[in-house]
Amino acid sequence: MNAFPLGYLDAAGRRAATVLPLTWAVIVISVLVSLVIAIVLWRAVTRGRLNGGAVETRSVPITRTGNGIRWIGIGLVISAVPLLVTLVWTMITLAHASGPPQDSALTLDVTPRQWWWEVRYPGNSPDEAFATANEIHIPTGVPVLVRLHGGDVIHSFWVPKLTGKTDAIPGQTNLSWMQADAPGRYRGQCTEFCGFQHARMGFEVVAQPRDEFDRWRAQQLKGASPAQSEGAQRGLQLVEYRCGLCHQVRGTSAGARSAPDLTHLMSRRTIAAGTLLNNSGNLAGWIQDPQGVKPGSLMPNQYLSARELNDVLAYLETLQ
Amino acid sequence: MRTADFRTPEIGLDSTAHEARLKRLWETSPGIKGFFTTVDHKEIGKRYIVTAFAFLALGGIEALVMRLQLAGPDLTLLTPEQYNELFSMHGVSMIFLYASPILSGFSNYLWPLLLGSRDMAFPRLNALSYWIYLASGLFLYAGFFTGNGPNDGWFNYVPYALRDFNPGMNQDFYALGIVLLGISTTVGAANFIVTVFRTRAPGMSLNRLPIMVWGTLTASVANLLVIPSVSLAFFLLWLDRQFATQFFDPNAGGQPLLWQHLFWIFGHPWVYAIVLPAMGMVSDGLPVFCRRPLVGYSLVALSTVATMLLGFGVWVHHMFATGLPSLGLSFFSGASIAIVVPSAVAVFAWLATIWLGRPVITTAFLFFSSMILLFVIGGVSGFMTASVPVDWQLTDTYFVVAHIHYVLIGINVFPVLGATYFWFPKMTGRMLDERLGRWNFWLTFIGFNLAFLPMHLTGLFGMPRRVYTYAPDMGWDTLNLITTIGSFVLGLGILLFIVNVMKSLRTGERAGANPWGASTLEWATSSPPPPFNFAVIPTVASRHPLWEDQLGEESAKSSIDRGMLLASGKETIGTSPLDAAPDMILEMPEDSITPFLLALGTTILFVGMLLKTWGVVAAGGALATLALIAWLWPRQALREREPAHG
Repeated sequence: MNAFPLGYLDAAGRRAATVLPLTWAVIVISVLVSLVIAIVLWRAVTRGRLNGGAVETRSVPITRTGNGIRWIGIGLVISAVPLLVTLVWTMITLAHASGPPQDSALTLDVTPRQWWWEVRYPGNSPDEAFATANEIHIPTGVPVLVRLHGGDVIHSFWVPKLTGKTDAIPGQTNLSWMQADAPGRYRGQCTEFCGFQHARMGFEVVAQPRDEFDRWRAQQLKGASPAQSEGAQRGLQLVEYRCGLCHQVRGTSAGARSAPDLTHLMSRRTIAAGTLLNNSGNLAGWIQDPQGVKPGSLMPNQYLSARELNDVLAYLETLQ
Repeated sequence: MRTADFRTPEIGLDSTAHEARLKRLWETSPGIKGFFTTVDHKEIGKRYIVTAFAFLALGGIEALVMRLQLAGPDLTLLTPEQYNELFSMHGVSMIFLYASPILSGFSNYLWPLLLGSRDMAFPRLNALSYWIYLASGLFLYAGFFTGNGPNDGWFNYVPYALRDFNPGMNQDFYALGIVLLGISTTVGAANFIVTVFRTRAPGMSLNRLPIMVWGTLTASVANLLVIPSVSLAFFLLWLDRQFATQFFDPNAGGQPLLWQHLFWIFGHPWVYAIVLPAMGMVSDGLPVFCRRPLVGYSLVALSTVATMLLGFGVWVHHMFATGLPSLGLSFFSGASIAIVVPSAVAVFAWLATIWLGRPVITTAFLFFSSMILLFVIGGVSGFMTASVPVDWQLTDTYFVVAHIHYVLIGINVFPVLGATYFWFPKMTGRMLDERLGRWNFWLTFIGFNLAFLPMHLTGLFGMPRRVYTYAPDMGWDTLNLITTIGSFVLGLGILLFIVNVMKSLRTGERAGANPWGASTLEWATSSPPPPFNFAVIPTVASRHPLWEDQLGEESAKSSIDRGMLLASGKETIGTSPLDAAPDMILEMPEDSITPFLLALGTTILFVGMLLKTWGVVAAGGALATLALIAWLWPRQALREREPAHG
């Protein structure tokens, strides 16, 4: 990732790259216009100015000099050029950047919720479909269609290096698409105000070469592996009994779907919607005190004993 | 037959006895009684201005607290809940309670003076409009100070504003507060429209109106058309929340996008409504300090109207990311780009006026002329967001925050501060201090640009809007710190402005009737003006009644000292809409408590609705009804009733 993970003055994929030259063009036009007007204004003020401290305004006689209308005429003609160019360029770019491409190689169902991202990979049959959260893997070099579903309130899907924003609105399904040219991790963020933790509702798009992506997909399709150690087994019981009220771990009786799917939790780089790096310290802190990390988050503090916490961590760390 | 209908006004010269008689007729009684009953537009205008500045100060303090929270990454001065209420209340205060009312205040104060009349067309309606504005401001802040302020931004998108996600009273305060404020804006707009078409001085045809009148007229027509939309939206929201209707609830077939359409059909024209009158202030004020008439008067007046017309066709540019079809988006994109043209007319007219004139550098001039640059910066960033694919990146980042602040501070606050330096002498009889004024200007100008120019970059580097904090590894730390520092410098500038006003009220240099040598009618009467504005109704023969001798362009001369006396009652002259030919004497109402009582009753009714306490609703409704009956009771003095026979 570069110095500005959410900056959009560079692009890493077809859709964002289509728009980028236009973005730069309107920036350059805008800066030039502002500079020219600033210079003209400065000259206009300084060339004949009188100091209001020394001269009484009312003592300066009124005269109507010069043909000012010419200024407006010339100004409008000059302004019309960049406006027309931008208008036409905008329509051309819009035609290229909008609308999902016909040749999309993968379709994803993304449902943003307060304050995380549910990501479903549909398959030809139920056993080819799976869900994950907050980390979207895509193959490089092909367009990916993203169907955006409204979960609770309005959110907006944005991966600046790959695609501009599209809102996810309850009651309708919006379409976005993206394509990554090179492997890498690209930061995404919710950009429609959605409540307490709007600020910490990030995600990552992981672009991988096709074979790597296929391996990842095969791994995600599997259920959780059985708990081996005694601690992990105790942890599994706690996870089924408590975490399972909201979370799913496929292959266990934890089967709720109102919070991120944990089946392959440890395969993800971050937790809490891109807020913390996924390591055992952060994981323990998050489980015990989510309200400290993300006040207002829908996950309640857990108040586990030290032993219980260790057991839960021992189990979660098996979820590769 | 009523003989009064055919009375011809006596024409004559001003005299002391005549003025004494007018004063008796027009003066508001002193003390507490006068405070609650006055219908004098100057009194109401000043109240509007003071109240709006108070809300500006509150909104500014809210902004500074937010800037402390955002000065560095991961700060914890505020909880997310507090931050959300602060940024929402900041927007509500600035947009609803400051930006529009401040312009209403100046227009209320100035219009009858600019138009050569003795009051607004409906003085009691004017008082009602103020009282309801004050009440709605207090209503909204009552929510805020009890922890129930708006918490979903000023745009207030559903479903987050619905009860499922927002169970507190926050949204009920907001929804009812805005419906209440809508009453004030609506009656105010109607009053402005009738005033301009009915009570101009004889001879002031439409092509002789000051541009500020064009601006406020245009804004008022727009308000009449769009306020119903936002009032409806908020009323439906309240019904959804309290009575389980389902206009916006997607689970029951409601449409979240309906809210956005209703809101932005109002919201975007509203943006023009809160800048066009301010642009008018510049168009009228700037030429005075350039010592020449405005370049391209007709084009500027027409572009004011054109901006508003186009302004009705751009609301969807707030919704480019909502998944609407590209064909529809391209139309709104085109309209949003086209709206640059009429704005450019004003910019070139101002530039040419300065270039071709002899600018006298005063504080008012500095505010007016620097506004041109801020207007252009806010304009070009708006032009960038008009391009749909570019906007998909720009929208909802700090780029847009920078844009709206260049628009609202640049095109509203700067002209308003300039206008205060310009018209303060007229309102108070004293000049504002010029030395303090320079400090005021430069601190405001530097602070503002320091805070908001780098913010464009913060946006381009991807910082989303409406976040209570941000992570340290995003590259936004330095830029945010600069913005915070700039915002405090800006705050200091505004503080100096308040200090200057306080000081100059007591010790400012005395201003004569026309301290700037300005051209329009308000400068023909004393500073501050007498309760009746003009001892004789002036007759106008040109666009610049007080510059006619120097310009020497018109064959006819305006008549300032000699005109209709109209002293047999509280009277002013009614004129025809286009040419301002006098056609009847208007009997103006006396001071009255009924506007205050109607506002009070309405407010009680709204408090009752908020609490869903129907007894309170009934009491408020009864008081409002009684006040209305008293208000509308036909009176002989206003010739609403036949005189008794015999």
